[in-house]
Amino acid sequence: MSSEADNSSMNFDETALTLGLPGKSRPSVGEKSGVKREFSEMVDLNLHKKQNNDQEHDDGSQVEVTEPAKSPASKAQVVGWPPVRSFRKNTIKSCKYVKVAVDGAPYLRKVDLELYTSYQQLLTSLESMFSCFTIRNRMNDGKPMDLVNGSEYVPTYEDKDGDWMLVGDVPWKMFVESCRRLRLMKSSEALGLGNRHTPCYKFPF
Amino acid sequence: MDCKRNRDMKSPPPFPDEVLERILSFITSRKDRSAVSLVSKDWYNAERWTRTSIFIGNCYSVSPQIVIRRFPKIKSVTIKGKPRFSDFNLVPPNWGADIQAWLFAFASAYPFLEELRLKRMTVSDESLEFLSLKFSNFKALSLLSCDGFSTDGLAFIASNSKNLIELDIQENAIDDFSGNWLCCFPENFTSLEILNFANLNSDVNFDALERLVSRCRSLRVLKVNKNIQLGQLQRLLVKAPQLTEIGTGSFLQELNLQQYAELACAFNHFKNLHTLSGLWEVTSVYLPVLYPACTNLTFLNLSTAVLQSDELAKVLGHCPRLQRLWVLDTVGDAGLQSVGSSCPLLEELRVFPADPYSQDIFHGVTESGFLAVSRGCRRLHYVLYFCRQMTNAAVATIVQNCPDFTHFRLCIMNPHQPDYLTDKPMDEAFGAIVKTCTKLQRLAVSGLLTDMTFEYIAKYAKNLETLSVAFAGSSDWGMQCVLDGCPKLRKLEIRDCPFGNAALLSGMERYESMRSLWMSACNLTMNGCRLLAQEMPRLNVEVIKEDESEDCVAEKVYVYRSVAGPRSDAPSFVLTL
Repeated sequence: MSSEADNSSMNFDETALTLGLPGKSRPSVGEKSGVKREFSEMVDLNLHKKQNNDQEHDDGSQVEVTEPAKSPASKAQVVGWPPVRSFRKNTIKSCKYVKVAVDGAPYLRKVDLELYTSYQQLLTSLESMFSCFTIRNRMNDGKPMDLVNGSEYVPTYEDKDGDWMLVGDVPWKMFVESCRRLRLMKSSEALGLGNRHTPCYKFPF
Repeated sequence: MDCKRNRDMKSPPPFPDEVLERILSFITSRKDRSAVSLVSKDWYNAERWTRTSIFIGNCYSVSPQIVIRRFPKIKSVTIKGKPRFSDFNLVPPNWGADIQAWLFAFASAYPFLEELRLKRMTVSDESLEFLSLKFSNFKALSLLSCDGFSTDGLAFIASNSKNLIELDIQENAIDDFSGNWLCCFPENFTSLEILNFANLNSDVNFDALERLVSRCRSLRVLKVNKNIQLGQLQRLLVKAPQLTEIGTGSFLQELNLQQYAELACAFNHFKNLHTLSGLWEVTSVYLPVLYPACTNLTFLNLSTAVLQSDELAKVLGHCPRLQRLWVLDTVGDAGLQSVGSSCPLLEELRVFPADPYSQDIFHGVTESGFLAVSRGCRRLHYVLYFCRQMTNAAVATIVQNCPDFTHFRLCIMNPHQPDYLTDKPMDEAFGAIVKTCTKLQRLAVSGLLTDMTFEYIAKYAKNLETLSVAFAGSSDWGMQCVLDGCPKLRKLEIRDCPFGNAALLSGMERYESMRSLWMSACNLTMNGCRLLAQEMPRLNVEVIKEDESEDCVAEKVYVYRSVAGPRSDAPSFVLTL
């Protein structure tokens, strides 16, 4: 990611457009031409504003600074840019929705990974979400499911590179960042993703 | 008329004042009324006596006293306050635009005031209480992007405004203590027609809401907040089948089969629904319940619903009459393809970024989504488009497909980003827009732009009224061009551009025919601003001085025409020059 940003700023120099004031020398390190402030100044501005703004509804305006994990260090974030209004930032702030597929269920669900703080929470939630589906299946089919031999499911996910990974290997935050979709695979299909120490989650189907 | 009449005799008017006033009372357009008032003294007087609705685009351009002196019979007031960039935190808090002084004046001059619509104003709870008590005939309150009040203030309105028809609380930065305000509507209160509390965060008492909806038989607009669950929504909808605009709450709740069926049945009754919004946390499972209600939908606001392309495609398949669509960029280019194919009557499209601060270019929409829409929606004339990449060629094709744009707001989210295929500036894109779209009224530019963009705008955008510029331009010349070449320009807002005093001063003569000019993080100095203030006494030239900037630098400048003189309520950080 950061290398892309660096490439684009190098291109600016090569095209040699004078976006700055004629005759005024500007510090070139880490600063985009045309942007008046260096990042540290913007950070200070934000913090200053935060002190002034003591409303409980301090909504999103300091989001630029308070979530450093989300922005690569090379990109200076600018106050009020992109021009998205605060109330909108709030409604879509936790936007880590991923699709969840369960082998055998007729349709997918969506979960917001931001709502959870650990794998256990996520998996517990998925359990309750999909027990409901399966019950519905039972009612439609008219056939009783064999609950004694509940199927075992292995939680897997597709990461940013498009690879299918086993849930639980990486730290939670890293998982949230890289997870694109989830699939609860029937353990009979989950060959090669782990060894006999692989956790299998027994869903109460 | 007899021209040989004795000059000492005053010629009688062709018809009595009452007739002129009766005729003029049919004129509602602001522009027409302005024109009428300039014809003659008689017409000026007739116009002022018959005007019932007043629009004040900048609360500091005129004083309450001047307004009430000129217009004695106002029933409806619309006022806009802070500069638009305050929406993006560029204006410090406590800047001003307080409604209280206006309310004081109105309480004596317009005791029968019925409507108050405010945008970007500061409104305190005390003001809301004052409003609810002093105006017995008060009917409609609309607060958009305001601040300074809390839900306590809403409680006053609910308790005291016995004739309330409209309560529209949108997108405000307020203290949301509790939803109890909704319980304050008296049990015998039945007049409500419009209720919008979609952007409030706290829980409201559902029973109170349900009873309110049941007894207000004329309710046609109901927009609830995301704390209202699906099951609750169903109960509300069943009580109000006459609704034409619905804003749902959260769409996430687990429903059993029966509840699902009931919800579907409830939506099935809404054949006359024309506006739908809300749909927070929506999942594919529940979207189908909406389909029967979408047949006559003209405005679908999905900007708070995280949808993927296939989900959007399915919904749009049921919305053949859609004219306005707001979506999140999670729908992707594929989702926009389906817009192009399903919505031939589309006139307005807004695509908001779900994740504005992410650098990940795999999220969101690109030029191909926009192209797809332009191919299928030839009536498109309003667009707001947030994207991470764009090309000059794409924009040129888009405006060829849709030459009738009146509002073109393109936000390439990375500042100074060139055409990603050619690496050239985006000048030609905006050149194409202004050359082709002769009806263009509003333009927001972005991407890597040189002065060439502004030369194009100056040469071709002869109907342009509002221009937003950020991180663009090469020199003063760019701004000078625009000020010189766009005769209808009324609002100019600029941030982070290399425009300096020369540019500012070149527009000296222009600013009196404009509503306002905003320039922040440009190259203005205090001296330049002082010079402007000196030369143009009928302008208010204000500099917002925050501690960080050097003394001679004018970091944020707000210039506007005013007949009220300099502000008397300016806080210490606003310097009027």
